[in-house]
Amino acid sequence: MPLVKNGEITPDPWTHIADGEDAPLDAPIIVSTDRWNAERASLVHRNAPIGIRLRNDQLPDELGEDLYRFGVVAIEFPAFKDGRAYTQARLLRERYRFTGEVRAFGDVLRDQLLFMQRCGIDAFEIRKLADAEAFRSTIGEISVFFQPAADDRRPVTALRNRAVASWAY
Amino acid sequence: MYRYDEFDHTIVRERVVQFREQVGRRLAGEITEDEFKPLRLMNGLYLQLHAYMLRVAIPYGTLSSRQMRTLAHIARAYDKGYGHFTTRQNIQYNWPKLVDVPDLLDELAKVEMHALQTSGNCIRNITADPYAGVAADEIEDPRIYAEIIRQWSTLHPEFTFLPRKFKIALTGTDTDRAAVKLHDIGIAIIRDENGAVGFRIDVGGGQGRTPIIAETIRDFLPKQDLLPYLEAILRVYNMLGRRDNIYKARIKILVQSEGLERFTELVEEEFTHLKGGAVELPQAELDRIRAYFAAPRYETLDNGSKELESARQADEEFAAWVKTNVDTHKQPGYAIVNISLKPVGGIPGDASAEEMEAVADLADRYSFGEIRVTHEQNLTLPSVQQSELFSLWLGLKIHGLATANIGHAGDIIACPGLDYCNLANARSIPVAQAISRKFENIRRQHDIGRLTINISGCINACGHHHVGNIGLLGVEKNGEEFYQITLGGRADENAEIGRVVGPAFSYDDVPGAVETVVETYLQQREDNDESFVDAYARLGATPFKDALYATR
Repeated sequence: MPLVKNGEITPDPWTHIADGEDAPLDAPIIVSTDRWNAERASLVHRNAPIGIRLRNDQLPDELGEDLYRFGVVAIEFPAFKDGRAYTQARLLRERYRFTGEVRAFGDVLRDQLLFMQRCGIDAFEIRKLADAEAFRSTIGEISVFFQPAADDRRPVTALRNRAVASWAY
Repeated sequence: MYRYDEFDHTIVRERVVQFREQVGRRLAGEITEDEFKPLRLMNGLYLQLHAYMLRVAIPYGTLSSRQMRTLAHIARAYDKGYGHFTTRQNIQYNWPKLVDVPDLLDELAKVEMHALQTSGNCIRNITADPYAGVAADEIEDPRIYAEIIRQWSTLHPEFTFLPRKFKIALTGTDTDRAAVKLHDIGIAIIRDENGAVGFRIDVGGGQGRTPIIAETIRDFLPKQDLLPYLEAILRVYNMLGRRDNIYKARIKILVQSEGLERFTELVEEEFTHLKGGAVELPQAELDRIRAYFAAPRYETLDNGSKELESARQADEEFAAWVKTNVDTHKQPGYAIVNISLKPVGGIPGDASAEEMEAVADLADRYSFGEIRVTHEQNLTLPSVQQSELFSLWLGLKIHGLATANIGHAGDIIACPGLDYCNLANARSIPVAQAISRKFENIRRQHDIGRLTINISGCINACGHHHVGNIGLLGVEKNGEEFYQITLGGRADENAEIGRVVGPAFSYDDVPGAVETVVETYLQQREDNDESFVDAYARLGATPFKDALYATR
């Protein structure tokens, strides 16, 4: 499955490990919170980077300070219509100041990519190659934003009132 | 009125380009109807029984005459010469062709209109008091905040895939003409004991198969906290609202299952993080938007125009129209005029291209070019000089738009029903027409007094049957259409959900049953001043039940 990062299709250094599946010792892996909680003692001593997979009914505060150990937080769109991960992403970025990779997986479709990016998602496991290839053009279809989110795009409220924006931003 | 600046124009134009590309992919067969569905819904395009239906947003029900002329043009060029004003202050076109829709949206964009977020599980078109800015008892103009919320909610990246659709309504007066208690969030502009102006926030109201009156989550919210507080409510709902069952997915179910107290705690906790953050509106932006809603240049006049008085004396029909369709304006010498889209035997909310153009012309001549759409599916000219009411009335009469039935038996709210809608179990429109004909005598309607009759063709309650004084709900029994009658509902500041009176009536019998209910009221009311709902509250269901089912 193509991974888009920094706007480009890139090789994915990370591997999703299912619960019960053997975890390689020397490669970057993404595990579920259940796996993390059960095997935390051994997982923290691995020499390779580790990422975490959140279910979309979990809030990042469940991870506590462990959050900052993870190179990736992967959040799920079980169906494109299920928008909980948008909130998870914003919380990770804006409240918990998580600076690692926030990755979307599941039903990640072209027409939601901009919303995902605005909420702070910066890596996308996209099922359809055509959607992945269209990433840049899709993201560029809208150039005006009416509300602040987790990205650095300036909302119109700031652009309209530059005098105010100069001290507020 | 609000006018688009470069940013508003850009986003609407970009969305049309985007949708044109999506329609292109669909027409070329690159995507299936299933894949296309979420894309078209984001642009207000539904697939109905016979054709696509496009729902165009009319933000907080405010239209300029220029916009109304474009709506008329669209009716003529892309539809069968008419449009249908809805209970959410929008307009629907029932017959556009898919290939034409991008061009249609281009025409809308030219007059600062769009169909964004008129469907899908997002924050829908914001509705407000149709008397906003002109109501005599208004604390502050709700359009300012409705526009702020419209902009904030436009393509909101976090809240476009909510568990279910989300509706917000605002009022700036104690008299509720926006049914705020029946919305996911209802916002009432209020003044606290120190004279400060802010908001009362109600949450979890709604109709559908589980009708619930909204409960107050915040008695007083300071103005600057509006957007952070809304974001807090939406965030809690987005994370915790049910997604496993479409009928339990609205915020009202979450508020009920958590309990108001717990739900409030969750929202207030989230709000502590968002308060004072980037989403808080800069004062300069608030001032910028407020300036668009400055009052038009009223002339300095007194109430009690001589022309109006003599016309009332001379023409009984005009006097009757003034009584039902004209309301008090905040500016002396002016009046608010309601135009009924409910002629005898007509389709509630339908307007032909010619009628739309006539209203646009009359708005230019008499009401600063401004028009409002009401949630009762009527139109309002917000600011008319009292001395010009008679000539306006003559102008309306020529076009059949002077029906004197606002708030009366003929002013029926009805959804499109089985004639158009693929969700419906029964027809609404012909039932509305039949009932309207039963009450065709305007004098009799005036004798009956204030009475709302609302009809929904299915449990989704688009015709607001739960809150009609008399509500009709279409149900299907063994392939036949039946109608359940509810009594005692109301959508105003004393909102109530009506109660089912007894077994349903057949399609043929239901207009007669409504008449029986009305006759029972007329026999039992204390005097002419006791309205139907007041009499029902006093009498209870028994006399109505007896009359309806005595002979069965």
